[in-house]
Amino acid sequence: MPIEVNIPAPFRRLTGNRARVSADGDTVEQMLADLESQFPGFRDMLFDEQERVPPHIKIYVNGQEIAALNGLETALKDGDTVAIIPAIAGGSPQATLTADQRERYSRHIVLPHWGEDGQRKLMAAKVLVVGAGGLGSPVLLYLAGAGVGTLGIVEFDTVDISNLPRQILHHMHDLGRSKAQSAKGSLTDNNPDVNVVLHETCLSSENALDIIREYDVVVPAVDNLATRYLVNDACVLLGKPMVEASVLTYEGQCTVFLPGQGCYRCLYPAAPPPGLMPTPASAGVLSITPAVMGPIQAMETLKLILGIGEALSGRLLLFDSLTMEFRQVRIRRDPNCAVCGDHPTVTDLIDYNDFCGIAAGR
Amino acid sequence: MSITIRIPAPLRSLTGQSQTVEGSGGSVCDCVDDLESRFAGIKQRLCDDSGELRRFINIYVNGEDIRFLSGLQTPVKDGDELSIVPAVAGG
Repeated sequence: MPIEVNIPAPFRRLTGNRARVSADGDTVEQMLADLESQFPGFRDMLFDEQERVPPHIKIYVNGQEIAALNGLETALKDGDTVAIIPAIAGGSPQATLTADQRERYSRHIVLPHWGEDGQRKLMAAKVLVVGAGGLGSPVLLYLAGAGVGTLGIVEFDTVDISNLPRQILHHMHDLGRSKAQSAKGSLTDNNPDVNVVLHETCLSSENALDIIREYDVVVPAVDNLATRYLVNDACVLLGKPMVEASVLTYEGQCTVFLPGQGCYRCLYPAAPPPGLMPTPASAGVLSITPAVMGPIQAMETLKLILGIGEALSGRLLLFDSLTMEFRQVRIRRDPNCAVCGDHPTVTDLIDYNDFCGIAAGR
Repeated sequence: MSITIRIPAPLRSLTGQSQTVEGSGGSVCDCVDDLESRFAGIKQRLCDDSGELRRFINIYVNGEDIRFLSGLQTPVKDGDELSIVPAVAGG
């Protein structure tokens, strides 16, 4: 079995629009040379004038960024998966930090793998969080605190008293208020530097692609499966990384889907009939579970933007607060997946309520 | 030593709130039938009428998804860990 290489959208004009190709090579450098021999012009698109892979292009081997391995000399073997992912953090980073920013982010800047370069990358990044509820509240708070430059929030609900134990962006004085507005207030109270963009709308097949397109990373923090599948499909179609989590009762799940390396439909190809799906309202959700899983989503998002550590790609993290256990299981791309497989049948957004068996009008 | 089966929260009402049960069987399918004999109704939550694993539930043997092994016929042996992980909607 040769090496599978996932090709980003901007490069596919060279590969006959193929998103996945096979290549040979004992190292990443040799594999790239093989790609050039198969698809002339590939190297020119990838390397800059100094014959280096520029910082805005990340190369991952089996989910690990090569900067954390052996760079272009990273060894490859048959069956490995390589992903080439450009521009996780879009836009141009500002040239220098202000004295206030150096002080504010001082505890992060001194960290290995972070530094002022990393902080500037975060400040140039755009992250979309879908939902400002149980998961969304801690995700947004920690991304704002870390200085992510632009935070988009999709949220159309109003604050309800039953939200307060776990939706920590909202307070007593926000009852009845727009959750999006309440969230923006709390986030800018912590960090006025963050550009909070509100999408006070119900995410749908009509607007999802236009909204998601503008962001670098997408964090679904939603409370229903139909929206999960909608966000998933939009991210696959647009080639956006997605940091997915879910919670119920005392448990949580989290994973990262990188473009070309599987998606939510690979994990759960179909939704349960509504009658077989317990909801937070019916089964309950302890506030601690999104309090744990949300910051994990935030951490995975920061890792993607900074290009550090090992993403949860290919792994499903399972959390049980009663036994206080974290476990992992291996997950994979399904070659037969309807949206990200070798022969996708879903090439545009669909009716997700229908997909999940939910009656129209609910 | 038998097979350790991890029960997800939505199914614990059927196992007396047990998070982990000990099971037996030579395959995942055998383990499911064994669970059904002890916790009536659990098989119907896991499998559809044709006996196939429901597509919103995954079962992992020692951390590997059985859909990429031999499905419900995936062999198991004493000391193995079987995790049942359904799709969860909350957020």
